[in-house]
Order: sequence, then structure tokens, then C-alpha cells
Amino acid sequence: MPPADDTARALRAAYAAGTRRPSEVIEDALSRIVARDGDLHAFLSVDEERARAEAAEWDERYARASGTDDLPALAGVPIAIKDNMCTRGVPTTAGSRILDGWRPPYDATVVTRLRQAGAIILGKTNLDEFAMGSSTENSAFGPTRNPWDRTRVPGGSSGGSAAAVAAGMVPLALGSDTGGSIRLPAGFCGVVGLKPTYGRVSRYGLVAFASSLDQIGPLATDVADCALLLGAIAGHDPADSTSARIPVLDYVAALQEGARGIRIGVPEEASGDGVDAAVAEALRAALDVFAAQGFPVERITLPTIEAALPAYYLIAPAEASSNLARYDGVRYGVRADADDLYEMYTDTRRRGFGPEVKRRIMLGTYALSAGYYEAYYLKAQNVRTLVARDFERAFERVDVVAMPVAPTPAFALGEKADDPLRMYLSDIFTIPVNLAGLPGLALPCGFDRGLPIGMQLVGRPFEEATLLRAAHAYERATAWHRRRPPVAA
Amino acid sequence: MKEAVITHETVIGLEIHVQLLTASKMFCGCATTFGTAPNTLICPTCLGLPGSLPVLNRRAVDLGLRTALALDCHVHPRSQFHRKNYFYPDLPKDYQISQYEYADHPPLATNGHLEITVDGQAARIGIRRVHLEEDTGRLVHPRDQARGSLIDYNRSGVPLMEIVTEPELRSPGEARECLTSLRRLLQFTGVSTGRMEEGTMRCDANISLRPPGGIAGTRTEVKNMNSIRSVERALAFEDARQRSVLGRGGTILQETRHWDERREVTFASRTKEEAQDYRYFPEPDLMPVTVDEAWLERMRAELPELPAARRHRFISTYELSPYDADLLTGAPETAAFFEAAVALFPHPKTVANWLSGEVAAYLNERGKELDEIALTPERFAGLLRLIDDGIISGRTAKEVLVEAIVTNRDPASIVDARGLRQISEDAALATVVDMVIAQQAGPAADVRAGKDRALGFLVGQVMRATNGRANPGAVNRLLRERLGR
Repeated sequence: MPPADDTARALRAAYAAGTRRPSEVIEDALSRIVARDGDLHAFLSVDEERARAEAAEWDERYARASGTDDLPALAGVPIAIKDNMCTRGVPTTAGSRILDGWRPPYDATVVTRLRQAGAIILGKTNLDEFAMGSSTENSAFGPTRNPWDRTRVPGGSSGGSAAAVAAGMVPLALGSDTGGSIRLPAGFCGVVGLKPTYGRVSRYGLVAFASSLDQIGPLATDVADCALLLGAIAGHDPADSTSARIPVLDYVAALQEGARGIRIGVPEEASGDGVDAAVAEALRAALDVFAAQGFPVERITLPTIEAALPAYYLIAPAEASSNLARYDGVRYGVRADADDLYEMYTDTRRRGFGPEVKRRIMLGTYALSAGYYEAYYLKAQNVRTLVARDFERAFERVDVVAMPVAPTPAFALGEKADDPLRMYLSDIFTIPVNLAGLPGLALPCGFDRGLPIGMQLVGRPFEEATLLRAAHAYERATAWHRRRPPVAA
Repeated sequence: MKEAVITHETVIGLEIHVQLLTASKMFCGCATTFGTAPNTLICPTCLGLPGSLPVLNRRAVDLGLRTALALDCHVHPRSQFHRKNYFYPDLPKDYQISQYEYADHPPLATNGHLEITVDGQAARIGIRRVHLEEDTGRLVHPRDQARGSLIDYNRSGVPLMEIVTEPELRSPGEARECLTSLRRLLQFTGVSTGRMEEGTMRCDANISLRPPGGIAGTRTEVKNMNSIRSVERALAFEDARQRSVLGRGGTILQETRHWDERREVTFASRTKEEAQDYRYFPEPDLMPVTVDEAWLERMRAELPELPAARRHRFISTYELSPYDADLLTGAPETAAFFEAAVALFPHPKTVANWLSGEVAAYLNERGKELDEIALTPERFAGLLRLIDDGIISGRTAKEVLVEAIVTNRDPASIVDARGLRQISEDAALATVVDMVIAQQAGPAADVRAGKDRALGFLVGQVMRATNGRANPGAVNRLLRERLGR
């Protein structure tokens, strides 16, 4: 089946065939943003001038080129970037007032690689402040709305990126995922989102939330585009000491290898009472599709998975409390006028940070403090090891673990905003994957009263190709990924 | 109230921070050059910009390992970096990447020792640990600035090594010896310039008094000393102060005291320093440092001979006195010069005497170091050989030495050019000897009569008559012959 004509692959083919030009596509994208984003608020900033200039350059290069072999993988393709990745000279807010107006003097490594791949960065997308949230309602600049139902959240924290792709404003976007922030919005918005293995993609230039959990990953309308984008950004970076020296595969080519022999495991812990009936049903149906395709499906157990959420909500805030200490008004961003240093620090941070960020900083500071370090932070790290071991044991018997992305489809704006703990529960299936450092892919597998339902596939470290192959096989047997929200029809 | 005499023992421990001689910073590629315009040696990482990440400078670990080996420490095969969290404007990330120490998490190295000399005896000071960390920026408080200060981040991220001694120093003098010995070791091993005045070595001290046979008393921490001398004076003051307090029946408060160089006192810092909880946790952005045997071997091979070992060797191989050995191993250049000279002129005692005598005097008068003057071991050995061969006298040699340095010429050519050759041939000297004997009838008669002291006078007269160019040995012999002695 040829790619839908709004995919990156289709665009490239059209550019090569001469049936479309980058400048047209960019113009289209920009007018779609104008038409749809007033309502959705997926973008925090759009760089029209630069996008048009770059598109014009690619027009030239495609005209001169004979075939696309000598043109980079994403040449002329528009993309959106979550606003917690540094773009040189372009405002980068991390969704926070405290960085309002700040223009980084450097590009994140992923941004450099995207430019090298020829992608045209249209703008920066909305997010929960400092990536802390599951709904994009924690953005200091107002929430993003779900393109499928504007009264609902797009998920978070990469809500802007997911909405931008779902609403057809861009074919590709980058998000970041610390506890589910790519997968959850991908699930809520009916698009494909991948959190790579920890260390697969460089974090240099990603505004840090939780250093041992953060990863940057692709969002797209189908699996093959997701594979294309992953290939463009993955790989070792000397500027990131935690990035892995493991060769990058040709993920798109890997899809052609088929998915024979991939064994699927379903954890019994993932089908409990907390999961919506519609979500449970959609997952069951998806597993039937896999079985019908010849994938062995079996039940597995991840006994420590329940402890993953509390462990995460100690580790992530602890690291965040340290990573966010630098926002003190001294060197960049907002600075409160004050009479002494202490007042400057406290006023700057009090006014600059939103309530969820403050909550997590306080939680994290407490978890690391003298007398509590062993009981909380250290203990949480021990639990983390147990969670990782649970997955290791499961992967002795299966190659892919299948779970829901979230217990429910997208909830209403404001529904959980006043109840942080209830909000945290949205991440119950995504968090264990970050704790174990594993790759996790979310893709659409059904609908509930017009709202997308996402399925999550989890793999062994650095086996993104296996996930993509399994997901691709599922996609070919279904049509969920071809549905578009009314706004994008 | 009469002050009792306190016979307590002094107990001192030192915490020393050393700037490492690497080309770039600890966690980024910025240069470590001293003295550049403010905020010109910076990048996203050492400025702590959002999204920046640290990358370990392996050369800094090399130098840390070199130091650990030189201090005979146990190097831990695996050590971790930690974050030390606190807020201060000179700390760009509001945490410092350092190495903490707790169960199962050792720093780079522990358990070594440093040799110092106490009253002419060698003593060993225990080294508790050696670890690596990054330096902070520099706050500048200009007097004309209405409010606030300026911050220069050039120094932010420069590699620092922290060395902590056991509290085994028994006097301010020993503390001075310890720092001197450490500085020498750091210079010898090329790890650091170790200059407190320039800030490449910094020292905080802990001091307490222990009653005879009792347990250690409360310690105070002393800070803000800008030189080794300063450390000694500050500790001497603090030692006396503590004795005075105890002598009047008071108690020592556990506090940090700052040394005031001008008033020569320590004073308790007026700002209330709350006990800081640094909330240490392992640095998630850096992998643990793994030191294998191969790396250690490479570092051992890189290690030059250490001052203590060299000192021992000079004493045994060259049969020098401990005093001379100390002097010659004081600086790496001096020791190297000495050995090169001895290789060409194998009379160690003579070489040592001339180096610690005439050459040292020349250097001290002009405030120069040996490697700053135009004197090579070859020329120096050449000069000494001229004396040994009897070509010039010792007295002449002193002048020739100075001229050789000043004019940057070979001593032999100076001797020839100025016709300074000693007169050693009997034929030439006999005439002058006879003339002097004739002129100094009285002293000559004394010598004949057995008063040898007059002989020295006559030799002196011959030297005067020949403008110092007569070979004193030959003159002495000729006089004796003539005078029947």
C-alpha cells in the first residue's frame, strides 16, 4: 500500500517526481497552522521566514538533482519540534515563564542532525512545563487541545507535537519522553510515537527534566515515517556521555524484513480493574490481529510493575530538583528585581515556575535530603532494578511486550488538573518502560466514541527495529493509522 | 584570672584543592588559560545552559591518577561522580560535579601518604583521599558598583583535585612542610604549578587541641589563607587562641574562622553559616570512571622519579649530605641540571658545592630561577673541568661563571679571550716566588723558622703579584721548596 500522501515518504517521492515542490508544501503547512492552530494551540512559535527560505533552497536542489539518492533523507520535509529542545537563535521556553524570551546560542544535537537531513523546522510545539505532566495543561502558555475533540487533552507532555501531527499541520514531529510523554500523547491523538532505548538518541540540547530517564523520539502518522525520523536522529554523540556507541540500523529497510517469529507477551498486571473496558477490548482485538498474522501471543508477568509509579515519582523529581536549580535568574531567562541575592533567587523561582514544577522540585529535594536519601531515592533506584529485571525475565520468553498506552482514552481538559495523583496514574503503563530504559512504541489500535486508543509495544534494549517491524505488520492488517480527525480531513 | 598553661597536643588536618595542568576544562573543551578577558573561555556546558551536558576530560583523570600513585594511594577501579547541590552565583548549574564518598562508593583514590621532613627526620603524613571535581566561576566585587557583583565564568569547570590529609600534622610548621612537600611533588609530576599566590593550590585547615592521653578536642576550620607562610601563621595564631581559651576555662566553638592577613588574626565569620545539606547523589549524566591495570601502568610509566626517591638516590649514589640533597631536589630543574653536570664532570660534591654556592647566590641576587639563565650543564661542567685541570683558579672561575651567564658564552672561550689562564709552569712562577721571598724577608724567615701561617701570607702575595692567576697549589709547593719546608 503506498503511503498516505501526507507522509514524509510520500512528500519525498513527490518532490523527486516533480509533482510537488517543497515551497508549496511549506506554504500549505503554514496555512494549515493558521487555519487550525488558533483553536488547537499546538505551536508556541512558528518561524515562517526561515521555513520559506529553506524551502526555496530545496526547490532548487531537487530541480538540479537527478533522483533523490544524493539528497538527504528528509530533504524539504516539514517538521515540528517540542519546545524543550534548543534551537539556536529561536526562542526555547520549555513551556515555562522562567525561560520566556530566551534564545539558545546553540542547537541541540537532534536539531543539527535534522538540518543535516534536510528537514525544514516549521516551529516549536507546546508542552507541559519542563515536560512535567501528562496533559499539556501545565504549560505556562495555555493548554493544547486534542484535534479529535477540542474539549479534551492531547496528552502530555509532548501534546503540542502529537496534536500538530494528528491535525495534519506537519507530517513529523519530535517529542521527549521521561515517563510516557511521547507515547501518551501519541495514544491520545491517534498517531505513532516512539520512545527509543535510553542512550539511543542524544540528549545534548534537550532541556533536562530527569537525566536518567529522558529520551527524544519521533512522532509520525505511520510506522514507516516514524522509522525514517528515528534513523535521522539516532546515534552516538560525543557531547552526551550517556549516548550509546551502538550502530544505527536502517530502520526503514528493516521493515521490509517482515516480522516472522516475533513473540508477543501480554502482562497480566496490565489488564486489571483500572483499565477502561474500551481500552481493554481494543487491546484484545489487536492481539487477535497479531495472532491471526501468526505471531505467538502469551501471557507473561511483571510483578514489580505496580511499584514502578511510586519509584518514578521519587527518582524523576529528585533529578529534576537538581536539574532545575540552574533557573535562578543569574545568567539567562527571567530575573526578579530584588534587594539581595536570596530574595532574587526566591522571587525569580516563585514567579517563574508553575505549581506542578514547584511540587516536583519540593518532592525531589525532600527525597534527596539528608536522612531521607536512603529511604527514598536509593530505595526507588533499587525498585528500578527490580522492574528492569522483570522485563529481562519476560524477554527470555517473548520479544515484544504489548500493553495499553494508558488506562483510558483522552480525558477532558480540567478533569484531572486539580488532582495531581490522579494525573500521575495516567502514566502507569508507560513509566515502567522508562525506568527499565527500554524502547516503547505507541500506535493507534482502535477508537472509543471517536477518541483514539493507543497500544504500546515494548522491546529489548536497542531493538527498535523489532518493535517497528511488529507494528508495521499490524498496520498493514488494519487501517487505524489512516483515520484523520475532522479538523484534518 | 590567671591563664593555665595548656599542654595539649596540636592536631591539624589539611584540605587542599589543586588546579590541574590540563589544556581544557574538566567537562568541556574550553581552554584553561589564565588571565584572559572575562567570560571568553565559556561554552554551554561550563555556563550551565539549559540542555548542556558534561563530558569527562580523561587527561584530568590521568593527572589525578598520577597524583594518587605518587602519594602511594589505593586507586579504586570504579569511582563515580556526584552532584553537590547548593545555590551560589559562581556555580552555573547550582550544583558542582564532584566525588562524594560513602559505603560502596569510594572516590578516585584513598589511603596514601606524603613524606615530609620534621626536625631533619623523615615523617609520613597520611592522605585520606584524592578526588576530582570542577572549579567555580569567580565573583568580582567592584567597589564602584552600586549594588551587586560581577561574575567571570572563565574559571568555571576548570579541573580541580581535592587532597585531604589525615589529621596527623602536629604543628603549624609541619603543616607548612606538608604543603611545601606536596607542592614539590605536584610540580615534579607535572600535575599542577601548586602556587597558592596564584590560586592554583588552595588550602583550608582544621585544627584542634588534644589533651595528653585524651581524645581530640573540638576543631575549628580555618580559611582564606593565600600562601604557605600564611597557613603557618594562621595556624599558629589559632593554636595560641585555642590554648588561651582553654587556659581561661572556656570551650572551643566548632566554627569556621577566616584568616585576616593584614591584622594577622582569625575571626569567626559573622554571617550565620547554616549547616549545608548538599543532597549528594550520583551524577546521572556521567558514566562511572573505570580504571583498569593497563591505565594505571601507563600512568606509572609516565611518572617521573619522585622528590623523596630522588633525594634518597642523591644521598646514596652521589654520597651527598641530606642538606645538599634537599637543596638539589628542591626543584625539578635543579635536580636535572645537577645530574646532567655530574654525568659530564663526575665529582658530585664539587658540582653540588658550586650549584648551592656560587650559582645559587647569583640566582638569589637577581631573583631568577635556574632555567631562566643562560647556563647549560655542559658549560657548567666545562667550567669545573677548567678548575680541575688547573687551567684557572677557583677565584677566577667565579668571575668567569658570572661572565658566562651574562654574555651567554662558553667559559673556555672567555678564559682564552681574556687571557685568564692560570700560571702553573714552574719556570714562570719561580721568578715571582723568588721576588716575593726577597721582598718579604720577615715572613720568609718565619716560614723557614717553622711558622707555617706566614706561608699563607706569602702565597697571597704571589697571587696579588700575578693578579690572581697563579696556581696556588704550585705557588705553595715552590715556596716550600725555596724555604726548605
